[in-house]
Amino acid sequence: MREGSPDPELYEFQRYRARKPFAWPGGKKVAVWISPNLEYYEIDPPANPHRKSWARPHPDVVGYAHRDHANRVGHWRMADVMSKHGFPGSVSLSVALCQHHPDVVADANARGWEFFSHGIYNTRYSYGMDEAQERAIIEDSIRTVRDATGQTIRGWLAPALTHTPRTLDLIAEYGMDYTCDLYHDDQPFPVKVNKGRLLSMPYSLEVNDHYGFFIYNMSPRDYAQTLIRQYERLAAEESGTVMCIPLHSYLIGQPHRIGPFEEVLRHIAQDAGEGGRAWITRAGDIADAWYDAQEGGQ
Amino acid sequence: MSLDPTYLEYPRRALGYDHALYPYAPLPRRAPLAWPDGRRVAVWFTVSLEWFPITPSDTPFRAPGHMQTAYPDYRHYTSREYGTRMGFYRLLDAFDKVGAKVSVAVNAAIAQRYPQIIADILGAGHEIIAHSTDMNGTIASTLPVEQERALIEQSLATLEEATGRRPRGWHSIARSQSFATLDLLKEAGVDYCVDWANDEMPFAFNNGLVNIPLNHELSDRQIINVQQQSVDSYAQQVLDAHDWLNAEAQAQGGGRMLPLHITPYIIGLPYRMDTFERLLADLAARPDTWFARGCDIFDAFAANQG
Repeated sequence: MREGSPDPELYEFQRYRARKPFAWPGGKKVAVWISPNLEYYEIDPPANPHRKSWARPHPDVVGYAHRDHANRVGHWRMADVMSKHGFPGSVSLSVALCQHHPDVVADANARGWEFFSHGIYNTRYSYGMDEAQERAIIEDSIRTVRDATGQTIRGWLAPALTHTPRTLDLIAEYGMDYTCDLYHDDQPFPVKVNKGRLLSMPYSLEVNDHYGFFIYNMSPRDYAQTLIRQYERLAAEESGTVMCIPLHSYLIGQPHRIGPFEEVLRHIAQDAGEGGRAWITRAGDIADAWYDAQEGGQ
Repeated sequence: MSLDPTYLEYPRRALGYDHALYPYAPLPRRAPLAWPDGRRVAVWFTVSLEWFPITPSDTPFRAPGHMQTAYPDYRHYTSREYGTRMGFYRLLDAFDKVGAKVSVAVNAAIAQRYPQIIADILGAGHEIIAHSTDMNGTIASTLPVEQERALIEQSLATLEEATGRRPRGWHSIARSQSFATLDLLKEAGVDYCVDWANDEMPFAFNNGLVNIPLNHELSDRQIINVQQQSVDSYAQQVLDAHDWLNAEAQAQGGGRMLPLHITPYIIGLPYRMDTFERLLADLAARPDTWFARGCDIFDAFAANQG
């Protein structure tokens, strides 16, 4: 980005109208990917001068326990439902989870899920880091996920969505293919970086379970209906698009929410077979297919 | 601009938690815990019965539901009292109709001020668990530990005197604890607390105290007051949860818990009670429902631990 400029110059403007329509592999209309956030929140994190972590004095029992539910209960319930309906995950990972709860990471890896970095902890923010510090968390992320899973991360979602002006340049320099931090489009789109190349991978705040339940205060059934409407609208439009369902298993994995959510997966999976419109896939596969569709590969 | 170098140091980054309060154990890998008679879903109501002084305290923090206007806040003082005088008695009658025994998390001040309520709760076979002193009795790590110890003891001693036995369970206001709370509760002879909603079955802390997780999301406060959904939606969500937990228990063996935290001044309003009574009837009609009190769940857990 251009630091300090009113226009951060993240990408070119390109209107939705008059873009060349394209299809995903198999002629599919919507690349559907699920992004489980597998996170670790510290109970007593150090203070970042630019952002407070817990709302309450430590220990914030309600906040900490809620997140802990993900690793004890929620992940396992959510992952089983995803696998049952043929949805892999593209994991937004607090990489320290590889040390704290390797069982969760191993389970996701065994299910064929992809991992990208969501920072070290979701209680350590990038705000205020110098370049060496930011390089350190990127290198830590690459090394930690490779050691734990054998995978090389291809993407980045900033820890707790905290960025610096150099984040996008740095992750491109380290060879990553996509960022999930930009919300300007329903299609992948190149991001301007100093070296190499980087795609903006459509993630979503609007249909993120956290927004659904805590910004829009939806009931579980309303949230499920929202996801189905999002899918149906995108599937009916002319060109290929991306629908990401970002999840937090301490939310979607609650017993009153997982049943309605399973109906969403059933609905989309029914449209994924021969002649259907859904391409159920992972973020890295979407990046590869987008380059193929745009350029015949770059 | 850069951050203090310690911000990129992670001294607790190791297997297990970044604390020593309880061990990690994912639910599907734990031995199943069966309920009496092979019932699959323990439906555990916890009713918070609270007295809000009209002179609120912000030390260490102001409790949810507390006074909001300039002094004297008649509207909130009396609306909370409405729950105690009216709503709670509707709830007692509703539980009686379906034979449900519940836990009531009681401020000690309720026992001092309204001893008839204590008799009515115990007479109906419900359990009393300790819920601090009054709604100024909040706990956080900013409260000196000696004050916290005294607050816990005052609550337990007052309720013990009023009920004839020391409460076995503890519910902190807003589930807020300090790093000392678990040890203070153990030291005070409490069997279990309900504050940590990090699991869906009972588990033991490292000091031996048990946690029976009281889901904080599936509550009338969160769904109706905070998220502004209807009581009909609340009832639907409870039944959806019951369906899921019942199927999960069937698939994985043992039982599951459906903890329902309710508040007399929220659910006990006339226009919400019919729906709530229908919900109770629906739950009672399901053959896999076991209406349990916290102490019943604790006993089943303890027996299973051998």
